[in-house]
Amino acid sequence: MTTSFKGTKPSRRQFLSGAAAAGAGTFVAAQARAAGDPAITELQPWTQQLGDGVDVAPYGMPSEYESHVKRRTVEWLTADPISSINFTPLHELDGIITPNGLCFERHHGGAAHIDPAEHRLMINGLVETPLVFTMQDLMRFPRENHVYFLECAANSGMEWRGSQLNGCQFTHGMIHNVMYTGIPLRLLLQEAGVKTEGKWILPEGADAAAMTRSIPMEKALDDCLVAFKMNGEALRTEQGYPVRLVVPGWEGNMWVKWLRRIEVGDKPWHHREETSKYTDLLADGKARRFTWEMDAKSVITNPSPQAPLTHGKGPTVLTGMAWSGRGTIPRVDVTTDGGITWHQARISGPSLDKSMHRFYYEFDWDGGPLYLQSRAHDSTGYVQPTKDQLREFRGVNSIYHNNGIQTWYVNEEGIAENVEIS
Amino acid sequence: AEAEGPFGLGREALPEEIAAWDIDIRPDGKGLPEGRGNVWDGEGVFVEQCAVCHGDFGEGVGRWPVLTGGFDTLTDQRPVKTTGSYWPYLSTVWDYVHRAMPFGNAQSLTDDEVYAITAYLLNMNGLVDGDFELSHENFSEVTLPNEDGFYMDDREELELPEFTRDPCMENCKESVEITMRAAVLDVTPDEAVQTM
Repeated sequence: MTTSFKGTKPSRRQFLSGAAAAGAGTFVAAQARAAGDPAITELQPWTQQLGDGVDVAPYGMPSEYESHVKRRTVEWLTADPISSINFTPLHELDGIITPNGLCFERHHGGAAHIDPAEHRLMINGLVETPLVFTMQDLMRFPRENHVYFLECAANSGMEWRGSQLNGCQFTHGMIHNVMYTGIPLRLLLQEAGVKTEGKWILPEGADAAAMTRSIPMEKALDDCLVAFKMNGEALRTEQGYPVRLVVPGWEGNMWVKWLRRIEVGDKPWHHREETSKYTDLLADGKARRFTWEMDAKSVITNPSPQAPLTHGKGPTVLTGMAWSGRGTIPRVDVTTDGGITWHQARISGPSLDKSMHRFYYEFDWDGGPLYLQSRAHDSTGYVQPTKDQLREFRGVNSIYHNNGIQTWYVNEEGIAENVEIS
Repeated sequence: AEAEGPFGLGREALPEEIAAWDIDIRPDGKGLPEGRGNVWDGEGVFVEQCAVCHGDFGEGVGRWPVLTGGFDTLTDQRPVKTTGSYWPYLSTVWDYVHRAMPFGNAQSLTDDEVYAITAYLLNMNGLVDGDFELSHENFSEVTLPNEDGFYMDDREELELPEFTRDPCMENCKESVEITMRAAVLDVTPDEAVQTM
């Protein structure tokens, strides 16, 4: 990546720091002064030679210069790469929609490859008529389109004891936000006829983990979707192809992928993923169960440890994302001095229920150290707490639901670091 | 307005289809199939099918999950959460082993083998004697130590009022100091953090 330098001349200290882009920018700027910018004065091959034909990429991929924009994993987090996690590169994205190929993955039995012709969805239990649907059947129900975030309950979970991973991809990247096309779950349940005693559902996956979760009927009839498209195309294999459950605002574990069965019952099942896992151990040794909603949260994605400031002082764009499982985000505050003074950021793009929101704060960087934080407000009036406020209620062993305010320290060279501050 | 049906789509599920897929077990024993297995047989199956990852005594090999022990550690700095120390219900053990284990060969165990493994896990956790046999008949008599260790999400009453307040915007604190740094730990994958 080369950037031609504009604005204030970088300090000698920045030049000597050798940060790649800052150095290259300075070099280009010096050359440009001498004899014109060769990016302009010399004929480039892409200007002279022909590009690719339209038959080269029937399904296109990003530019070769964007190959660093990818999901990453952290090997030491899990025992193996099958029941594991990877992370969305939030620091490279903008807007609110996550590209399908970059949506983080969380599997418990690997990503199943399912032939849609052989896939079935069963509804059984406390219903008038237990039913089996083929994919062809499902495509004949009325559809809806909604943009929702899916956040893993464990997103930021490694940070409960303090700053650990250096980059918002790792601290906040167990999230994606896409437009789902699907059938209101309500319609499928009505087709089977839920009996009056039916108070809970148990969705189950067709993969080797046969993931199950108990979901109260009220939520099932409210806004859950049985989705088969994301961002306009079929679900990706790793996101549950051919069909998954969408549980807006609630922890990602409940969004059962490769959905093959929904049982209706009168009590929760207390299965492994809602007893051993996805329960939140508190300091007194007791644990919360059924912590479904994801609280309001935000993170600054640029600058951040993977996206340092390389342009020197002057006009600077700070951006990030905010979301809440309880509604929309009418406001985000940001601070550059560690919370002494806060400024209201600017939200740009659609403000949708239980979806990511994109915020910006443009400021004139004086080249001094920055202590960056963002603070989301949601439509219920909830204000994103600090990590210390959360620890007062929960201790440090609850693993899940860490929505505490993130701090990035940016030094004079523009290098950013994950820190905690007083 | 959206049509609300019914649409007459799908077909009735057959009893044998439901039986093939509806394998879930609840704490009250609903869903448990007939069968039985004792600690002795459970040890045999466990050593053959489970110990390569979970260890001969459920202690866990390498980074694989620890299944036993960890009693009275839930308030420790590093709690050890196992079937014995943390799980509330035995039904969850039966259900999960039956639906998802062994890892890589799920749903290969017979009902009697799952009863036997469950009995062996109880024994390794010191909760039953070596001559114990678990069956669909005595299943509900077994309670796990941490059954009462869980309560319903109470964030709405406890936390939300505290976090629903107008926040400070100016002169919010005197000074700012760094108290912890991720770079000191240095556990982030190297290639991910670039200065470009």
